[in-house]
Amino acid sequence: MARFLLRRLIFAILLIVIVSSGALFLTRLAPGDVTANLGAFAPPEEVARIRARFDLDRSAAAQWGGWALRAIRFDFGDSFLYNRPVGGLIQRAAGNTAVLAVAALSLATLLGIPLGIISGSRRGVAPMLIRGASLVCLSIPPLLTSLLLVFAASRTGWLPAGGMTSVNAVDAGWSSWVLDVVRHLPLPAIALALPIAATFERLQSQSMAETIHQPFVVAALARGVTWRRLVIGHAWRASLRSMCAIYGLAIGALLSGSFVVEYITAWPGLGRLMYEALRARDIYLVAGCSAMGGVFLALGSLVADLLLFAADPRVREGQSA
Amino acid sequence: MKKTGRALLIAIVLVAAGAPLLAPNPPDRQFTQYLFAPPTHVRLLDGGLTAPYFFPLRIVNRLERRFEEDENRPIPIQWFGNGHLLSVSEGEDAPLLLLGADSYGRDIFSRLLYGARASLGLAALATLAAMIFGAALGGIAGYAGGAIDELFSRLSDFVLVLPATYVVLALRAVMPLVLPAQTVFLLLAGIFALVGWPVVARGVRGIIASEREQEYVAAGRAAGAGPLRLLTKHLLPAAKGYLTTQATLLLPAFILAEATLSYVGLGFPDTVPTWGTMLHDASNVAMLGEAPWMLAPAAAIFLVVLAVNLLVQGSGRSPVQLEP
Repeated sequence: MARFLLRRLIFAILLIVIVSSGALFLTRLAPGDVTANLGAFAPPEEVARIRARFDLDRSAAAQWGGWALRAIRFDFGDSFLYNRPVGGLIQRAAGNTAVLAVAALSLATLLGIPLGIISGSRRGVAPMLIRGASLVCLSIPPLLTSLLLVFAASRTGWLPAGGMTSVNAVDAGWSSWVLDVVRHLPLPAIALALPIAATFERLQSQSMAETIHQPFVVAALARGVTWRRLVIGHAWRASLRSMCAIYGLAIGALLSGSFVVEYITAWPGLGRLMYEALRARDIYLVAGCSAMGGVFLALGSLVADLLLFAADPRVREGQSA
Repeated sequence: MKKTGRALLIAIVLVAAGAPLLAPNPPDRQFTQYLFAPPTHVRLLDGGLTAPYFFPLRIVNRLERRFEEDENRPIPIQWFGNGHLLSVSEGEDAPLLLLGADSYGRDIFSRLLYGARASLGLAALATLAAMIFGAALGGIAGYAGGAIDELFSRLSDFVLVLPATYVVLALRAVMPLVLPAQTVFLLLAGIFALVGWPVVARGVRGIIASEREQEYVAAGRAAGAGPLRLLTKHLLPAAKGYLTTQATLLLPAFILAEATLSYVGLGFPDTVPTWGTMLHDASNVAMLGEAPWMLAPAAAIFLVVLAVNLLVQGSGRSPVQLEP
C-alpha cells in the first residue's frame, strides 16, 4: 500500500511539473504578453518595468528556471491582474471549486445511486420514467443547464442568479456568510450534478441488472434471503466495483471541468481564474492554475483507487500479497 | 429507441445540409427595425396550407421593445420562391422571423440552420480526425509492440491525464483572438482532435494487441500480406464496434466544446453563425427574460445530444456524460 501511494505521488508530482511548465512556455510563446493590458498608449518605461517584473525580458528558459526555483519554495510568482502572489489566489479559487464539486458530487450520488438501484432491480413504470429522465438530463449539458437556471433564477427571484456571496455579506459575520454561500450554491451545483447523476443512474442500473441475474444472487434467493437484503446487501455490493472507476472520472471532471458553470454563474473558482489569466496572458497565474488543475486530477484518480481498494476485497488481497 | 435516435440525427443533418434552401433569410442580414423581435405568428388555419400569411410587426415602443401586429396588411408567404422553401416576395419589407430576431435583428431560425453546418461540421471533422489519428497510432502500437508500443502508449496516457478543459482553453487562448472563420474552424478541429485521440488509441491498441495473436493473422502473414495490409484490411475491422462507440462519445463532447468556447468568446467571431456564437448573443440574462427565443440554439444542442444518447441507449449501452 505504501509503495503504491509513493508511486502515485511521484507520478502526480511529475504530471504537475509538466503541466505547469507547459502552460508557462505556451503562454510565453503566444503572441502578445501581459503588457497588452496596459493599452496601446502606455509609456515605454512602464511597459519595460512590467516586463522586467514578470521576467519577460529574459529568455523563456531563464524565466522557467527562475520560476521553478521559486516554486520549490512555494513561491509561485505574482499575478498581474490581482497584483498579489499567485499562491493565495489559487488557494482561494481552488477552495471555491472544491466546495462546488463536493456539493455537486453529493447531489449526484444521492440522486443517481438510489434511482439506479431502483431502475436496475425492478420492472414496470418507475424504471421507465427514471430512464427517460436520465436520458433527458444526460442531454442537457451543464452549459445549457446553468444558462436555463440563471434565467429561471433571475425571473423568479427564488435564488441568487450568480456569484458566491452577496455584495453586502462581506462584513456580516461568519455564520451569515456561510448561509449566504449556501443560498448561492444550489444553482451551479444542480447544473453540474444533473448529467453526472444521470450517468451514475445509468451505470448503476446497468451493473445492477447484470449482477442480479448471476448465480450467487439466485442461490441467495433460494436460501431465503429477502429481496430487499438481496438487492442492497448482495447485488449492490457486487456492483460497487464498476461504480468506483466512474467515481474517479467524475471527481476529476468536476474539479477540473466546472469551468463553464463557474463562468456562467460567476462562481469565483479555479476555472474562471484560469480563463481570466489566459485572456490577460497573466503568465504566472496561468502556470499556477494549471498546476492546481493537475493536483485536482491526481486527487480524483487517487480517491477512485482508494474507493476501489475499500470496495473490492480482491484488490486488497492483490496488494498485500 | 435506436430508430428514433437515428431518425432524429439524420433529420438534423439533412436540415443542416439544406440550410440555404430551408432558411427564409440570409443568416447575416440585419433587420434593423426588428431588434429582439418575437417570432412571427404565421396564420395557417384561415389561409390554408397553400396560402399561409402573417401580419407584419410594427414597433410600438422602442424603449420597451414592444411590437404589434399590423392587421390591415396581411403578407402572403410563398412556397419555393427565390430559391427558398418559404419566403416573402421581394417587394415586402417585413421579414419572416420564425424564431424571432437576435440583438442585431438577424433571423434566429435561419442562423440556427446555418449554425448547424458550422457546429455539426466542426464536431464531425474533429471526431473523424481524432478517430483516424487514434486508430492509426493505436493500431501501430498494438501491432508493432515493443518500444513503439511503449512510446505511443506512454504518449496517449500522458495526454489522457491532462485536464482536458484547461488544455483546450489554453491552446485556443494562446492563439491570436481574432482569426478568419475558416482558420478558427480548422484550428478548433485540430485542438479537439488533439485532446480526443488518446482514448481511441488506447482502446484500439488493446483490441489489436489481442487480435494479433489469432490464427487468421498468422494465416494472412503466411499468405504474404504485409503489415499495412494486415493492419488496415484485417485487424482494424475488429475495432469497428469500439470506434463507433467512441464516435458517439466524442461527437456530442465536441459540439459542446465549440459552444462553450464560442460562448466565452474564444471560439468563432460573433458574425459567424454557430450554435456557440448564438448562445453568446443570448448570454445577457436581463435580455433573455424579454426574448427567451434567443435560447433556440440551446434546444438545438439538446436535440442533437439527445439523438446520440437515444442511439447509444438503444444499442444496449449506457450513455455517459462526464466532461462538461
